[in-house]
Formats: sequence, structure tokens, C-alpha cells
Amino acid sequence: MAVMSYLEAIRETLRQEMRHDQRIIIYGEDVGVRGGVFRVTEGLQKEFGEDRVIDSPLAEAAIIGTAIGAAVNGLRPVPEIQFADFIFPAFNQIVQEAARIRYRSNGEFGVPLVIRAPFGGGVHGALYHSQSVEAFFAHVPGLKVVIPSTPYDAKGLLAAAIQDEDPVLYFEHKAAYRSIKGEVPEERYIIPIGKADLKRPGKDLSIITYGLMVSYAQKAAETLEKEGISVEILDLRSIRPLDVEMILETAKRTGKVLIVHEDNLTGGIGGEVSALIAEHALFDLDAPIMRLAGPDVPAMPYSPPLEHAFMVTSDKITEAARKLAKF
Amino acid sequence: MATLNMTPELLKEMYYTMALSRALDDRMWILNRQGRAPVVYSANGHEAVQVGSAMALNRGEDWIVPYYRDLAMVLAYGMTPREVMLHLLGRADDPNSGGRQMPAHWGLKRRHILTTGSVVATQDVHAAGLALASKVLKDGRVSMASFGEGSTSQGEFHEALNFAAVHKLPVIFLNENNGYAISVPARKQMAIMDVAAKAQGYGMPGVIVDGNDPVKVYEVTAEAADRARRGEGPTLIEAKTYRFVPHSSDDDDRAYRSREEVAEWKKRDPVITFEKRLLDEKVMTAEELKTFQQRIKDEVNDATDFAEKAALPDPATLWRYVYAD
Ligand SMILES: Cc1ncc(C[n+]2csc(CCOP(=O)(O)OP(=O)(O)O)c2C)c(N)n1
Ligand SMILES: [Mg+2]
Repeated sequence: MAVMSYLEAIRETLRQEMRHDQRIIIYGEDVGVRGGVFRVTEGLQKEFGEDRVIDSPLAEAAIIGTAIGAAVNGLRPVPEIQFADFIFPAFNQIVQEAARIRYRSNGEFGVPLVIRAPFGGGVHGALYHSQSVEAFFAHVPGLKVVIPSTPYDAKGLLAAAIQDEDPVLYFEHKAAYRSIKGEVPEERYIIPIGKADLKRPGKDLSIITYGLMVSYAQKAAETLEKEGISVEILDLRSIRPLDVEMILETAKRTGKVLIVHEDNLTGGIGGEVSALIAEHALFDLDAPIMRLAGPDVPAMPYSPPLEHAFMVTSDKITEAARKLAKF
Repeated sequence: MATLNMTPELLKEMYYTMALSRALDDRMWILNRQGRAPVVYSANGHEAVQVGSAMALNRGEDWIVPYYRDLAMVLAYGMTPREVMLHLLGRADDPNSGGRQMPAHWGLKRRHILTTGSVVATQDVHAAGLALASKVLKDGRVSMASFGEGSTSQGEFHEALNFAAVHKLPVIFLNENNGYAISVPARKQMAIMDVAAKAQGYGMPGVIVDGNDPVKVYEVTAEAADRARRGEGPTLIEAKTYRFVPHSSDDDDRAYRSREEVAEWKKRDPVITFEKRLLDEKVMTAEELKTFQQRIKDEVNDATDFAEKAALPDPATLWRYVYAD
């Protein structure tokens, strides 16, 4: 099995799926000749031509709006939004149109569309190149939202998203692109959307998280293991739909839950996961549910001390988990 | 070439500001390559548009709403090199954002430079809004938004022009057309040759100007400002120019444009050609030029040293200014 970076896994999946399905087109800002600002789509225009890998005008509403039209008329568009922070000009198209078309047409029309966007901070990206925007979309019925944490998942979830009949937002943590590597099988496979992954079994507490934070939580778990604290980690992989069953299972098994995300606290996925546990597993808990999340400030600042104060880190996870274990 | 208000002093100030911007810009790239500045956005190549337009306004009184490319514009508008470097290095005393924003995200209240984010074309509507207030308040101010040609594909650009034209707002839309939006050439951005042509659809004049000639830019901007102050409404100015360096320090422009093309434009480097012109026309003496060059060097060194010694923000300030209280 080949070892790939997170970024390579995404690129190779795009390539493999495009070879397999002629209906797939990619477009967005700088995705063609330059291969994207992060080089995720590098080489794809060369292989598939300018009709299937398109440098579009700088207009997110048009990118997503035309993708909706193209999807309805028989293509499988996989548009890229250059940074998740710039998805908002297209918010209207995603939330009012893509998400509601199947419902409002009484099932007559569907929008098989995958929107890829790099998100997340800790890369000196400041307010507008660091945002976590998933909660805005996870709130909307009709959309699916996936966030892979490993190259293996990046492939399986992207393939599943492309083959899905409904609009899927696929968020890629930009700090994971080159730093996270792993084995990726050559053959095509999918990871069903809505299935969480038990990353690590443990006895004392559960960390429920997703995306880049999974690797941070794993590091924290290793540190805590040496202190005799046994940590279970559940990687949500999909934040809409959530894998309610696995969330409740892990909560019941360890009785202590720490939910971690980089997105800010209030209105984040942690609130939803907490509510599910409180509703369905309250009497299995041995401690109040704990959340560790980005602070409730408008966005991540640039200057290193401020950026560091904002970011959820392995150390902060370790500290929170230690506190919870001792409760 | 002497024009209406263009005294030799004004012309020399124009040159000085352009050359200062270039020198600061060059220093920023050095700091980036040395690992002391994580990211740099450049005005390199755009100095004539930015200084020519800014100087035609009532500086510090009229509003400007610049974008990340506008280092030379904000210098012309009164931001100091020290302030620029404090911003680049994310220092606590950065007057643009207290180190919060990525470099080149300008904003300086005391000089009427509106704070700006990264989302392109949002500033166009803000400038129209500033102008709406000026119209209502009759404060005599003009507002000017600047933006790249790629950003004219955004809906908000079109919405801003339409709103401003309908209400005859005292606003100038200044397009710095450098032919590329990162890697995407203008021909993939629009099916017309000139951004200026878009003005017609909204009912305002669209003016094309040589963006490498600061005097010409000054003239058309002064005229647009007069028009705005007379209550005749907005103007779209398209200044044709070129950026000589990659989009940012994270970009590699060899992937999408030829070295020959860059070299061809460099023959018309606005700083070099304007310097030569002022010398040829005896507006500036060789002696004066030397003094300027020394002063620029000193200013850039001083700004760098000053900013590097300045304190970083206190992490506890992360929570400040979410709201007014
Ligand atoms: C809404 C939005 N989408 C994408 C980006 C990312 N981005 C930053 S600059 C840029 C290109 C802008 O090109 P242009 O408007 O021509 O200005 P130039 O940089 O050439 O001066 C892009 C795509 C952004 N800042 N905002
Ligand atoms: Mg441009």
C-alpha cells in the first residue's frame, strides 16, 4: 500500500474518480493551470483537459450556483472554494438552493455536488485564512458535511461524497495537507457518510472530535497513557449526519466525554453532541460533559501569541482530559 | 507635463512615496525569506496607480478603502513606514489591527483609511456606503475603493456600482488591472478587454488610464473627485498595470506567466520611468535624488528596527473588542 499525504490522497482520489466517471468536473479559482493554491488539483487539468478542470472567474456565488445547474443537468461537479473563509459569497446558493432543491421540488430534482474547501488555522493565516465554518452548514438539513482526519479517510469520504446524490461539503484542514501521512489502498473504496470511527479504545474517558484535532487528541492520549489515564477517541468523520449510535456507545462505555473542536464553542458541533448524550445517556455519565473549542472571538488573529492563544493544541487537550479523568 | 495642481514639490513627493513603497516592499520580501515575516503581499509594480490616485484626493479627509495590494496608497495617505512594519510583524502597536490581521490588511482611522478584510469586493460596497453618508451629511467627502480586475467578477462589485450610480454617490471605484488574479489571466475573468467597459452598464463614466504613469492617474482621479463633489455621481477608473512579483510570498508565478512577459513590463517600471522623467525634465536634480535615496534607506532601516524591537500582543488581549463594552 502506498503511503501518501492527506493532500495527495485527495488529489489521487479526484484523479481516480474522474477516470472512472466522465461526468465529474472540477472548477474554481486557480485550480487549473496552477493546480490550486495548495496544489491539490495539480496535474489534473493536464490529464483531463480544460473542459473538465476549469479556472473559473473569481466569484463564489457563480461557482456554486453554476455547479448546481450543472449537477441537475447531468454532471457531477466538484467545485473548490479556495479557502473556506471565502465560501460565504456562495452561502445563499448552498443553503437556499443546493440544500433545499430536493425538498422543495418534492423529490423531482437533486443536486449531486461536492464542495471542497480548505479550512482551519494555526498556519499564520489570520482572520480570513483560518476559519472553521462547518457549523454554519451542519445546521442545514439537506446538506451533508464531512471532515476527514487521515489520508485513508480522505479518499473514502471523498469518493463517497462524489457518488452521493445530495450536496456534500468536504472540508480539508490545511495544516493536515502535508503534515499527516498514511497508507492508502490503490483500489477504489468508499467510507459511508455518517459513520464515525473508533480510533482508539480506552477506559477512563472518551474524546469525541474530528479533522486535524483527531491527531492532536491521539498525541494527548499517548501522553496520558504514560500517566495511567486510558483515553478512547471517536473520530466523527461526518458532522452531518452524526453517528448517534457510536457517540452514545462511547459515552456509555467510559462515562466521561470531552468534545474537542477548533471551531468556536458557541453553536459548534460540540453543543449538538453534548445534547445527544444528555438526552440519551445522561445516567451513564460519571462527570459533566466537557467541551474544548476555539474561543468565542470573531476569528483567529495573526500575531503568533494571539494565534497560539486561539488554537486548540495537543497540550490543551491533554490538560482538559487530565482534569476530566480526575473528576 | 506640469499639470493643474502639480507643483514640483508635489511631483517629488509622488516620486518619493513610490520609491519608499518599493524599498519597503523589497525589505518585506527579505524579511520573509529570512523567516522573520510569514507572509508578504506586494505593491511592487502598482506604485504609480496607488500614489497618483491617493494624492489626487483630500488626503486624510476623503475616505479610502484599499485592498491588500495598496502599500504605496496607504503610505501616500499618511501611514508611516514604522506603522507598516509594525503591521507586517504583527506587533501590538500595529495601528491597522494590533497584530490581528494578516499583513497588507490596511486600516487607519486617523487618516480615514477604512479597515479591510480579505474577502475581495466587500470594500466596494463599503465605499458606496461611506459616500452615501457623505451625501446625506453633506460633509463634502469623496470615497474611493480600490480592487483588482479579478475581483470585478464578484457580485458585490456590480452591486456597489449600481447602488452608487442610482444614488449619484460621491465615490470612485479604482481598478488596478494587473492582468492576473493570482494565476488566472484577465481573459478567463471577463469576455471583454477593459474593466472600464463595465461602467456603462450602470450609468457612470468608465475611464482607462495608464497605470504606470502617476501623473495621468492623478489627473483622472482628480477629475473623478471633482465630479463626485459636484454631485454628479461615481466614476469607474481602470488603471492598466502589472505586478512584478508573485501574488504573495506563498505564490510561484513561473507556473502561469512567462519571464519574457514580466521582463517586457519591467521596461515600464513605474518607479524607474518616473525617476528618469523627473530628472530629464529637471523637476528633480541628481543631488536631490541621492538625498531621497539615502532618506528612504534610513526610513526603511529605522522602521524595520523599530518594529522588530516592538512588543508582540499580550495573549490576554485575544478577548478584547468582540463587542463595544
Ligand atoms: C471572495 C474571495 N475569494 C477568494 C479570495 C482569494 N484571493 C485572494 S486575492 C485573489 C485574486 C485577486 O485578484 P485581483 O482581484 O485581480 O487582484 P490582484 O491580486 O491581482 O491585485 C484571490 C482569488 C478572496 N480573497 N476573496
Ligand atoms: Mg489582478
